[in-house]
Amino acid sequence: MKKILTTTAAAVSIALCSFVAQAADFKPAVAYDSTGKFDKSFGQAVAENGVIKFMEQSDTKVRELVPSSDAQREQGLERLARKGFSPILVVGFLYATPLQKIAAKYPDSQFVIIDAVVDLPNVKSILFKEHEGSFLVGAMAAMKSETNKVGFVGGMDISLIRKFACGYEQGAKYVNKDAEVFQNMTGSTNAAWSDPARGAELAKSQFSKGADVVFAAAGGTGVGVYQAAADEGKYAIGVDSNQNYIHPGVMLTSMVKRVGVATVDAFKAAEAGTFTAGIQSLGLKENGVDWALDEYNRDLVTPEMEGKIAGIKAKIISGEIKVHDYMMDNTCNY
Amino acid sequence: MYENIILILDATLRVSAPLILAALAGLFSERSGIVNIALEGKILSSAFAAAATTSVTGSIMLGLLAAMMTSTLLSLLHGFACITHRGDQIVSGVAINMLAAGLTVTLGRYWFGLGGQTPPLSNDERFTSITLPGADAVADVPVIGLLYSELISGHNILVYLALALVPVCWWIIFKTRFGLRLRAAGENPHAVDTAGISVAWLRYRALICAGILTGIAGAYLSTAHSAGFVPNMSAGKGYIALAALIFGKWKPVPVLFGCLLFGFLDAMAIRLQGAELPFIGEVPVQAIEILPYVLTVLLLAGFIGRAVGPKSIGVPYVKSR
Repeated sequence: MKKILTTTAAAVSIALCSFVAQAADFKPAVAYDSTGKFDKSFGQAVAENGVIKFMEQSDTKVRELVPSSDAQREQGLERLARKGFSPILVVGFLYATPLQKIAAKYPDSQFVIIDAVVDLPNVKSILFKEHEGSFLVGAMAAMKSETNKVGFVGGMDISLIRKFACGYEQGAKYVNKDAEVFQNMTGSTNAAWSDPARGAELAKSQFSKGADVVFAAAGGTGVGVYQAAADEGKYAIGVDSNQNYIHPGVMLTSMVKRVGVATVDAFKAAEAGTFTAGIQSLGLKENGVDWALDEYNRDLVTPEMEGKIAGIKAKIISGEIKVHDYMMDNTCNY
Repeated sequence: MYENIILILDATLRVSAPLILAALAGLFSERSGIVNIALEGKILSSAFAAAATTSVTGSIMLGLLAAMMTSTLLSLLHGFACITHRGDQIVSGVAINMLAAGLTVTLGRYWFGLGGQTPPLSNDERFTSITLPGADAVADVPVIGLLYSELISGHNILVYLALALVPVCWWIIFKTRFGLRLRAAGENPHAVDTAGISVAWLRYRALICAGILTGIAGAYLSTAHSAGFVPNMSAGKGYIALAALIFGKWKPVPVLFGCLLFGFLDAMAIRLQGAELPFIGEVPVQAIEILPYVLTVLLLAGFIGRAVGPKSIGVPYVKSR
C-alpha cells in the first residue's frame, strides 16, 4: 500500500512538473485597468480591436483580468504569472509599479505594458506619441470653433494626460495663434477616471466661458463630457477608441490610439517566438495614433478641413512640425 | 462677473439637489433615532435601479419608481436589522453600503455585460431641463433676465422637487402629529411607548420616508444629471449629506443651506481650476480639490457651535430594562 502511494505521488509530481514545464509555452493573458474593458475608450480599444481580434485570428484563448481595486492589480498579476501565463499584457500606467515587482520575480515570463516604461529584460514597453494625435485634433478643434475658444477635460492630473493637453494646445495655436484653450483636470485620484457628473460640470463651465469644442481625455468621465456637449449643442472630441458613434453630429472626431493593433502585434510576436523587450514608441508615422473619420462625423468635417489636416499630418511625419512632448521635461513650453 | 456668479449658483443647484434629498432622508431617520450611514449605499443602488429599469422599459417614471422601491427595501432591511433585532445601526449601515457597491456592479455586469455600466439613456429617457414660461422672453432684460432664465429656469423637475420638499418635510416633522411622535421617538422613546404608541412602527415609517427620498436622489444622479449608471457614481454624496445634516443641526432649513454650501464649494472648485488668482497665480488642481473639505472641517470645528443630535440616536429601543 505504501509503495502504491509513493508511486502515485511520484506520478503526480511528474505530471505537475510537466505542467509547469508547459507553462513557458504560449499562454496569453491580458490585465485591464480598473476602468475595465467597457469604458468606451482605452480598455475597450484593447479588448475589441486587440484581444477579440487576436482570438478570432489565432484560435487561442486569452485570459482576461479586470481588477476591482488598486490592491488587486499586483495580486492579479502575480496570480497570472504564477499560473504560467505568458505573455501577459498589462494595460495602463498604473501597472508600472506592480509590474516592476512581478516581472523581476518571474524572469521567464514575458510581459508587455502599454503606456508606461518598465526597464526589465522580459518587459516590452509600448508608448504612444499622444502629443502628435492630440496636435491634429487640436488643430481640427480650432478650425471648427467659431468663438476661437476650445476646451480640454483631462482625467487624473498626471503627466500622461498633460501630454494630451499640451499637444492639443499646440495644435489649436498652430491653426489660430489667438485661440484660447481652457484646460481642466477632473481630479487627482483614480476616481477621476469614472466621474461623468463632474466631467459634465467641467464641460459646462468651459462652454459658459465661450468654448464650443471640447476634447476629453478622461476615460469613463468623458461620457459625461460628451453628454454635456450634446445637451448644449456644442462639439466634442473623443479619445483612445473611435468614439464618434456615441453622439453622431456632436462628436467632431476622435483621437484614436491604435492600442488594439499594438495588442495583436505583441501577441503575434510572442506566439511566433520573436518577442523583444525594450521600448517601442508609436506615433503618426507608425500609424499608432490618428484622427477618426467615419459616417458619424462625415458631415461635420468639410473637405477643406480634411485637406488641411492631411497637410499638417504630413508635416509632422516629415518632421517639419515638431510637436513638443510634455513628458520630456514636464513643461508645456514649445 | 455677475454672469459668472449666476453660472456658479446655477451649477450649485445642480450639484446640491441630490445632497438635499439625501440629507432630508437622513433627517427623517435620525430624528426618529436611527443613524443612517447607509445613505451612500441607498443612493448608489437606487441610481442603478433607475438607470437599469429606464433602459429596459424606456419609461423614466418606472425608473424613478424602481429607484424609490429599491432604496425603501434597503431601508426596511436596515430597520429589520437594527429596529426588530436591535443590531448596531452603524454596522448595519456600513453593511448596506458595501452590499450596494458590490451588488450594483455585479448585477450590471450580469444583465448588461458593459462592465457594470448601464446602456446610455436617450433624452426621452431622462429628466431633462425645463424652461419655465417666459424665460426666453425675459432673457435679455438686464440683471433679472439672466437671474430668471439661467438660475431659476432650466433645471430638471427633480431639482425643483428637492427644493419644494424642504418646506414639506419641515411641515411633516414639526407641524404634524406624526412628526411630533417621530421626534419624540428620537428623544425619549420610553415616553412614546408610555403613551401607547409603537416605537418600532414609528421608526419603520421614518425609514420608509428616508427610502423614498434617497430613491429620488439616486434617480437624479443616473437619469437627470448623467445619462446612465457608472460604478460608484454616488462618489461619497451620502456622506456629505450626512455632514450637511449635522452641520444643519438636524433642522430642515439649516440643512438646506448646509447642502447648498457644500454644493457651492464643489461648483466653485470646478470653476476655479486653472483660473489665475491675484497674487497667487494659477492654483494647482489639488489645492482647489481639497478646498471643500478644508472648509467643511473649519466650519464644523469652529463656526456652527455645538451640534447636538437627538438624544436617543443610535440606541436600539428595548421596552423595559
